[in-house]
Amino acid sequence: MQPFNLHHYNGDTSLDNFPLSNTSRFLAGGTNLIDLMKLQVETPETLVSLAKWEKANAITEDDNHYYIGAMVSNSDLAKFAHTQPALSILAQALLSGATVQLRNRATTAGNLLQRTRCYYFYDTTKACNKREPGTGCSAINSMNRIHAIFGTSEHCIATHPSDMAVAMMALNAQVHTQQPNGNTRQIALRDFYREPGDTPHIENHLEDDELITHISIEKKANGTQYYHKVRDRSSYAFALVSVAAGLKIDDGRVKDLTLAFGGVGTKPWYPQKAIRVLEGAEITPEVISQAAEAELSSAKTYGSNDFKPELLRRTLEKVLLEIAEHQEKHPEHEGALYDNA
Amino acid sequence: MTTHNAKTVGTSVSRVDGAAKVTGQARYAAEHMSERAPLIGWVVSSDTAVGEITSLNTEQAEQADGVHAVITHINAGPLKPFSKPADESRFTQSRAVLNEPHIRHFGAPVALVIADTLEQARYAASLVSYTINGKTPDLLTEFDDATQKPESLDGGFEADASSGNKPQQRDIRASIHTTYTTPSQISAAMEPHATVADFKDGKLEVYCSVQIIATAVEALAITLEMDVEDIVVKSPFVGGGFGSKLGLHFDATLACIGARHLERAVKVVLSRRQVFYNTPHRGHSTQQINLACGDDHALLSVQHKSAMPKAKGYEFAEATGAGARVTYKSQFIESTHRVKDVDLPLIDSTRSPGDAIGSLAFESAIDELAHEAGIDPLTFRIKNLPVVHPMKGTRFTTHNLGECLRQGAQNFKWQHKAQPTPGKKIGHGVASAMRMNVLVESSAEVELSANGEVTVRTDMTDIGTGTYTILTQIAADTLNTSVDNVTVKLGDSRYPASCGSGGSFGAASSGSAVKKACEALIANIKSSLPPTLSQAEVHISGGQIKLVPSAKGDINGTTDVHSLDDFMSHSDFPLSASGKVSADDTSDDEQYSCGAHFAEVEVDEYTGEVRLLRQYGLFSAGQILNIKTAASQIKGGMVWGAGYALTEGIHHHTDTASFVNPDFGEYHVAVNRDISEVSLDFLQEPDYAASPVGAKGIGELGITGAGAAIANAIFDACKVRVRDFPITMDKIIAGYN
Repeated sequence: MQPFNLHHYNGDTSLDNFPLSNTSRFLAGGTNLIDLMKLQVETPETLVSLAKWEKANAITEDDNHYYIGAMVSNSDLAKFAHTQPALSILAQALLSGATVQLRNRATTAGNLLQRTRCYYFYDTTKACNKREPGTGCSAINSMNRIHAIFGTSEHCIATHPSDMAVAMMALNAQVHTQQPNGNTRQIALRDFYREPGDTPHIENHLEDDELITHISIEKKANGTQYYHKVRDRSSYAFALVSVAAGLKIDDGRVKDLTLAFGGVGTKPWYPQKAIRVLEGAEITPEVISQAAEAELSSAKTYGSNDFKPELLRRTLEKVLLEIAEHQEKHPEHEGALYDNA
Repeated sequence: MTTHNAKTVGTSVSRVDGAAKVTGQARYAAEHMSERAPLIGWVVSSDTAVGEITSLNTEQAEQADGVHAVITHINAGPLKPFSKPADESRFTQSRAVLNEPHIRHFGAPVALVIADTLEQARYAASLVSYTINGKTPDLLTEFDDATQKPESLDGGFEADASSGNKPQQRDIRASIHTTYTTPSQISAAMEPHATVADFKDGKLEVYCSVQIIATAVEALAITLEMDVEDIVVKSPFVGGGFGSKLGLHFDATLACIGARHLERAVKVVLSRRQVFYNTPHRGHSTQQINLACGDDHALLSVQHKSAMPKAKGYEFAEATGAGARVTYKSQFIESTHRVKDVDLPLIDSTRSPGDAIGSLAFESAIDELAHEAGIDPLTFRIKNLPVVHPMKGTRFTTHNLGECLRQGAQNFKWQHKAQPTPGKKIGHGVASAMRMNVLVESSAEVELSANGEVTVRTDMTDIGTGTYTILTQIAADTLNTSVDNVTVKLGDSRYPASCGSGGSFGAASSGSAVKKACEALIANIKSSLPPTLSQAEVHISGGQIKLVPSAKGDINGTTDVHSLDDFMSHSDFPLSASGKVSADDTSDDEQYSCGAHFAEVEVDEYTGEVRLLRQYGLFSAGQILNIKTAASQIKGGMVWGAGYALTEGIHHHTDTASFVNPDFGEYHVAVNRDISEVSLDFLQEPDYAASPVGAKGIGELGITGAGAAIANAIFDACKVRVRDFPITMDKIIAGYN
């Protein structure tokens, strides 16, 4: 680990007091950043710890929105979401990620900003444009089983690893931020991430000195919900493919669909083309297949991830057929498809 | 009050070291509190697989805060070149590193930075710069590239073996010609390899994590060019070995080099990534299997050909064909092994060498042939069981595979499947397990104190298997005393040399040595008594030695217990005796532990995801010394088997001969949620031809066949046969299409 300066932000002082730049990092739960610093994948000169920022630990709500503080732990958010039928998909996604121990430390904002699990990003003996811009991408022509098929470029094919962000993408969450000059802004999560292009080291639209304060999610019914994560072992593994879906059916047709994919994109993937096919449609294997094809028309595979389009198609079919069947039987249902999810 | 202590061998006794382990009193190597607080060493690893170090700059690191030394091939001190002398065994040969500018594999140590704290050492290590003129590494990519015939295989098997005549084409009713592949794998012990070494007045004291103590001392003496008498090795607790700690590795070599250089205590703990590169892994295998059977479903032909990589300069090749040679009788059997020298980290014993991956392939192939021939795979196996060794015609001391399969199938409820949930299919699978048993030379001493306390000493190790407990039981039962009255001391090179832990031989070999030592102690006591008392049993309880009338004879015409007060007051305590077992204590007949594995799985019709529902095994391994620890060990093996079937595999980065996934985030050891019900039973049948305690090995029995039962269950469920392990969902859905 490189030596660094440590500062503490408690929410009361101004961010102006800290030397924020592209060599500074905010330290939240540390479950990802500290590991990366030990491996010298991340070598910040300045850390601004958010551990004393008590105010950011709260979840509040009004008639129309939930507000989730940046420092709310993944465990606490999962516990809360589990009590809200319309947020079942978020609870399911959170609980499918990492381990209890990590979820107790990991935070909401930190989860959105976690770095890829690309093997080569972690291995400092290998070229990686995300870690060291301009050195090349080791993944494109090597083992790339866990890599992306959507949003890739010749410079980077790494996936965004978050489960929580996939559910939030589906739920159209809004990211709220502040800057040292006092400016605040709201960015839709669906617009928050950047595709790698030729700058894969820049992963989102935050400024270097910009701090996420909270996330908001609009209150609305999401019907029967299912987060299905397909992975190489049943726990403590990142998604090869995940599908976050919430569905309301009216008169045999899709009335409201909430959908996003994980494990397949360079960012949590919002499948607009698939959604367009499914909106108002009757859920049948044929329609699902058309939706998958529509989305997969822009997919590109790289060898050892050639299986992902077919796995995504099959996972989407499984998830949508199962929740549609449940909605047909229980049209007013709101919450998890499976009780134990 | 009774002086009789119930026999404990064959019952469930909780671990005698359990409380110490769960309260943190049992110190593992890295936790050892040496007399002098250790400095911390951090390894600088090579970024190149093979080549010569052409430049090395350590100046910046040497000047960093807290740094005491940076050790490289220039200042490492006298070292014998790696794997020399050639005529030593592989666990006593030199384990040198930093002895030359030559780099043998990716991740190999280039330097050791020693500092006051871990953080200082690790940071300073990042300041060491070097260049290596890398050469293109040799790897094994094609079956036919493995052309070298190994001199012999692990376990003493010949590389090639053949028996009988090839069948006539007209006699063949069904046949299969198939190729299976298994990936490179790692032992994945929980405790990383770690050593605290102290060097003082020319003497070296080493706390490390190792399965065999005596060879570790010899290896250090050879490596460091020191005298054996000047080295003490201690390994009282080992947090899992699975083959990866049979010999010493670079943590130990480097800590000793550092301690000798500075005349200080030095600790080196390998990080998980360093464990992947600086300790052994198992090579990937390609196994070509051709099988044929006749009209009566009798096997006519078994051909097994194996190709694997072998680490350059290190003599280890595993017998993947061992199971094909012994499990079923067949008119014709042929088994060959070929290797290719590669520039990879050490390739050595990993979780049941030979049989773990041999059984994955062979027991899957047997299943394929049964389906091809249209016969139930359980019936097919039972039909083809041998009475004598299928190739050699030699006798087995005992052979209970048939009973394991038949009784096991009943216990498991073979082919009585639960109703699958919608969208899933359920399957059952079976596989046989045969694991060779050996008795290895082992010594122990026992001591009886004046207040009647028993102490056993041997340099045997307990790698989490329960050695402390079973040796306590054996001593207590043989001396007719309670387990509470026995203290077993292990893992210290000053104690009598044992077999160590490995190859499934530890319990029977070291247990028999302890039994013989205790018998010798009793004989010593009786030798001082009048012959009229010689039929009575010696018991030890309440701080006294007592004579108890046995079925064979009473004492001086009475049935009273007789305290040997006289004997005790005239004896010179502590009384002690030694025991030793060797090849003379075991039969020349074929010795195998065996078992039958059964698995029930559920496979998703859409996504190909596999969920284990049940694993069951019935095993025969002679006298089971402790039902509880034995069952735990076998269950662990069955879980490892599930890992081999479903999740585990090292991915190679071929350009650099490095590993793509050298950590537990991406090398997928099965986790709790992957495993469902695991249960087992033993057929209890002491095999005194195998060992004086009647036990045979169980260490590697649990994993052998466990994975194949799962693979066969997957086929039964979804009719997709995946021949490239591990069986991940992408390979299953490829079979759906």
